[in-house]
Amino acid sequence: MAKEPILSARDVEIQFSLRGRKLTAIRKCSLDLYEGETLAIVGESGSGKSVFTKSFVGMLDANGSIVGGSIMYNGEDISKYTKEQQWLNIRGKKIAMVMQDPMTSLNPLKKIGKQIQESIELHQGIKGEAAKQKALEMLRKVGISDAERRYNQYPHEFSGGMRQRVVIAIAVACHPQILICDEPTTALDVTIQAQILDLIRHLQQELHMTVIYITHDLGVVANVADRVAVMYAGQIVEYGLVNEIFYNAWHPYTWALLSALPQLGVKGEDLPSIEGTPPNLYTTIVGDAFAPRNKQALAIDFVKEPPFFDVSDTHKAKTWYLDPRAPKIEQPEAVRRLRENMRARG
Amino acid sequence: MFKYTVKRLLQSVVTVLTVVTIVFLLLRMLPTDYYFTEDQLMKFSEQQRTEQLEAAGLLDPVPEQLFRFYGQLIQGDLGESRRIQNGVPVTDVISKKFGISMQLGLISVAISLVVGVGMGVMQAKHKDRILDYTGTAYTVFVNAVPPLVSYSLILLFGSRILGLPSMYSSRNAGASSILPIVCLSLSSIAWYALWTRRYMIDELNKDYIKLARVKGMSNKEIMVKHVLRNAFVPLAQYLPASLLLTISGSLLAERFFSVPGMGPLMTDAISRYDTNIVQVLVILYAALGIIGVFLGDILMMIIDPRITLIDKEGGAR
Repeated sequence: MAKEPILSARDVEIQFSLRGRKLTAIRKCSLDLYEGETLAIVGESGSGKSVFTKSFVGMLDANGSIVGGSIMYNGEDISKYTKEQQWLNIRGKKIAMVMQDPMTSLNPLKKIGKQIQESIELHQGIKGEAAKQKALEMLRKVGISDAERRYNQYPHEFSGGMRQRVVIAIAVACHPQILICDEPTTALDVTIQAQILDLIRHLQQELHMTVIYITHDLGVVANVADRVAVMYAGQIVEYGLVNEIFYNAWHPYTWALLSALPQLGVKGEDLPSIEGTPPNLYTTIVGDAFAPRNKQALAIDFVKEPPFFDVSDTHKAKTWYLDPRAPKIEQPEAVRRLRENMRARG
Repeated sequence: MFKYTVKRLLQSVVTVLTVVTIVFLLLRMLPTDYYFTEDQLMKFSEQQRTEQLEAAGLLDPVPEQLFRFYGQLIQGDLGESRRIQNGVPVTDVISKKFGISMQLGLISVAISLVVGVGMGVMQAKHKDRILDYTGTAYTVFVNAVPPLVSYSLILLFGSRILGLPSMYSSRNAGASSILPIVCLSLSSIAWYALWTRRYMIDELNKDYIKLARVKGMSNKEIMVKHVLRNAFVPLAQYLPASLLLTISGSLLAERFFSVPGMGPLMTDAISRYDTNIVQVLVILYAALGIIGVFLGDILMMIIDPRITLIDKEGGAR
């Protein structure tokens, strides 16, 4: 991994003020993104995966701000951006985003084609007919047939899956370097999900984009990702290549997530679930944030926050289990079963 | 779209017809004395009065009168005024007055639209800041203070300090119209500002605004190209009705500044039992209101592409 990251977040801290109180949504979170890869960020609701990536495009809600750390992109620390003009050079042009709900992401009173064209006119310096041709080309590229007719239609004349294709067309219309997909298939029918994932993968290859997926669906992760980062309570707790996370995870939270995979369930037995609730982000968290929900937590987990330990060059986990002084802890049944499944398949 | 328009048009015609019938029948319940002026009532004997009423067909059975009235309406014959201006056709009475009311009203609507919508936009843009609070304070003030008080304040300020005429006169129509127009605009500015602000904020919180931002549009462009247009759609629905109803004038403002408009005519006609004028005015205002709503619906259909769906799918979205 000698490559230079194209985007590098270091110790990012993001706070929201809510009714006079401070909520720390992202606690010293670091992430490197490499050119051309597909990175999946997984975690439960409220773990901060959306907020973290929104900070890459300056789309935090008005009451939220980056209070610490840096996000280096193209030699500039974009976490220090304050003016709208600075962001306008990044948004849509360099880093684009596909949002979760295609039903509400499009302006209901504007023609589909115009909404794509708007994005093209903003960033590519072409107007009118040329931009229209480009928009039509984008419509075809995202698999919408009869583009000329569709160009003049309004969002309500499109199905959910079709609208998500349009949203994707808007996002990639200006060939961004990085595409952030925030749960792009969550609001869609299962049969459509695979098509949308295929489409994104296809566009990624064609346009040489780097893609970040935000999802809580491990099935999606296994399908599309090169690398996986697991987030919990505002921090990345483990990251590595997709195989390393699925077959040799070390963080107890990743274990818990994997054990809860329906695919690993045994007929007649209850599916394991993670007991307890995520920590309160209004308070300062001491030690390992996951310790209170971890039955095998070590004494030190409640006192001192673990650093990242190397499992391999590409795989790191933030847990005391990997400290040489820690008592020997076995990976749970689920991780072993996953590994055996993989071996059996060759 | 055509089918929907025709359906709505037919509905409007039926509603107007219903109003005409009800108003006519209700006014037939008044004693026949009111078909005469106060003078005539004193001079005429019982027999003379009956003869006159019979000659005018006013003692015929009510259904017969009703159908005759329909016929007269179609021919544009609205009857004559009895007590306000004896013997003068109602159309003449109205035609002398409605021009002034409409002129003042239309100018006021134009001002309210520009100022009110502008104010609402600024408020939405600077939500929860001083500009927004100032606007809200204005809206609350105008709605909470009785118009007579705010009109008096404007009159004082306008005539004492700015030296504007405090009474309308046709010889100096320009300058003497200023204060009535300001008073007329007060509350409609507040109305437009209130709803523009509200619809803008509604739109600003929608997901498509986030998508527009993330695709790299500046806040200014988003405001103009996405938010304002979408927020104006629900407002546009009321525009035709408010334009048409300027004809009815304003009772208070016109009395206050002695404008010889339509405003006081209705109350005068009622208090002096001029049934023909009451009848015509009620029907006229009802019809204009109904036409206004109809035009508003058509306008909505033109600017909001989703509305045609009602036609195709029978009400389902």
